[in-house]
Amino acid sequence: MFVKELIKKYDGKTVVDSVSFDLPKGAVISLIGPNGAGKSTVMGIISRLIARDSGCVDFEGEDISSWKSKELSKRLAILMQSNNIQMKLTVEELVAFGRFPYSGGRLMAEDKEIVDRAISYMELQEFRMRFIDELSGGQRQRAYIAMVIAQDTEYILLDEPTNNLDIYHATNMMKIVRRLCDELGKTVVLVLHEINYAAFYSDYICAFVDGKIAKFGTVKEVMTKETLAEIYKVDFEIMEIAGKPLSIYY
Amino acid sequence: MKGRWLTGVLAVVLVILAISSLFVGVIDITPASLLTGDIEHMKIFLVSRLPRLLAILCTGVGMSVAGLIMQQLCTNKFVSPTTGATISSAQFGILLALLFMPNSTLWSRTIFAFATAIFGTWIFVWFIQRMRFKDVVMVPLVGIMFGNVISGATNYLAYQYDMTQALSSWLTGHFSMVLKGRYEIVYLTVPLVMLAFLFANHFNIVGMGKDFSKNLGVHYNLVLFVGLTIAAMITASVVVVVGSISYIDLIVPNAVAMFKGDKIRGTLVDTALFGTIFVLVCDMIGRVAIAPYELPIELIVGIIGSILFIALLLYRLQHGRKTIKLPSPTEKKPTLQGEVG
Repeated sequence: MFVKELIKKYDGKTVVDSVSFDLPKGAVISLIGPNGAGKSTVMGIISRLIARDSGCVDFEGEDISSWKSKELSKRLAILMQSNNIQMKLTVEELVAFGRFPYSGGRLMAEDKEIVDRAISYMELQEFRMRFIDELSGGQRQRAYIAMVIAQDTEYILLDEPTNNLDIYHATNMMKIVRRLCDELGKTVVLVLHEINYAAFYSDYICAFVDGKIAKFGTVKEVMTKETLAEIYKVDFEIMEIAGKPLSIYY
Repeated sequence: MKGRWLTGVLAVVLVILAISSLFVGVIDITPASLLTGDIEHMKIFLVSRLPRLLAILCTGVGMSVAGLIMQQLCTNKFVSPTTGATISSAQFGILLALLFMPNSTLWSRTIFAFATAIFGTWIFVWFIQRMRFKDVVMVPLVGIMFGNVISGATNYLAYQYDMTQALSSWLTGHFSMVLKGRYEIVYLTVPLVMLAFLFANHFNIVGMGKDFSKNLGVHYNLVLFVGLTIAAMITASVVVVVGSISYIDLIVPNAVAMFKGDKIRGTLVDTALFGTIFVLVCDMIGRVAIAPYELPIELIVGIIGSILFIALLLYRLQHGRKTIKLPSPTEKKPTLQGEVG
């Protein structure tokens, strides 16, 4: 998947300004940057949720807009900040919706098996009959990830998956993201605010400033004092912990 | 499973009530008199009692399912044909038919009612999608206001053209005019409800929001459009035959969802059964209360419905259930507008 010369304007204000990049396959890629830098918008555009003004989004050799929505939903899954959905569905019912692009709501034996596997992969067996609005934030987030796993796509896009989670649950979420990539071979793209999570758990970081890409590279390339200071306009120190460059800002 | 058990109980209760309702009325018809072949009784039974029961069944199923669809699609537990201007739009359509086609048949009135009900519901939903500050209570309030504006127009026109008398039959729902040959339109609810069942999963997904639908390859606007149309058509076919019956579409899906959740495939049958029982009980009370006269069902439904509705509200307030507070899927968060990258 690659993106070329992407432009998006809201009310005359350019939010995404000629953004181009190649998404490496089978890796975890974090999009970071200050508020208003356009990272969520870019995520929305590459997942066809937001319309672009110009530029192209190429997915497997074809522009994303010429894909059939149903076909695309078997290849690419997007999870927006989902905590605001409070429908009374059981975990199982929610996860089963992940099979919708394949079965259209009539679950075959194979679909049921995939749903079961997704639920146990996210360790939600004991909650499967519980309503999602009765779960804690972390459990609910896991239920949504289980749905995405059941959707069985090569690409998974997550918009601020650690938002509203405490340190314990946020860290677990990042570990899950890592497992999605390492164990299931998915390409995971995330929008993150917490740069140390990005540094510790991703392979690549794409940093946005004012709608443009400030830097796109491996974690080591992006996580430098100078680059981060330039992006966030505050002072940074980089420390190496467990072989990963982590940052301290003040 | 707790759910299956509930469905069974509802079905048994409905069958018992349905059979006994056939023998409630001014003329004392008994199973024995039917079996002995009393021609007069047989006639009343086939021309009045049975059609009435069938109309009640269709009304109960139709209104509760229409309510279920609308509250799911609008992601708001308080949106229904009553609060979403669908009923008042259908009444407006009937008035138009009476005005422009004085010798209109039931069919032409139905077509008018269909058109206005669908149109009115679309306008309402189009409008709430554009509302910037959406509140759970605000959305149905706007719907009620919109509905009242339409009712106001209906009443004004009816008054101007001396139609108030003719119209009153459609303003207050009652089953006393249901006779063989003039109620069959209400059967339209049956295929429409079946259609709704077919699309149940689509409605559920659309209820989860625009992004959620797109992610699963579901065409949000199309499904919303189809769903609202189905709900409006069901409502209109009930209003044309029986008149307006409020509250059922609001209370029944809410009550069922409290026990069985929001998955439409899982709740549709219970919603339909419970809705039918509710209508049937209210109608029987109306028939018995001041016998040999009868009260319009709208009155009984209004009394019982409002009490149930308050009970429902109190229950939810006490248990602090979040289910009552469903943010709308179409709500454009300001963050999406680019303030937050």
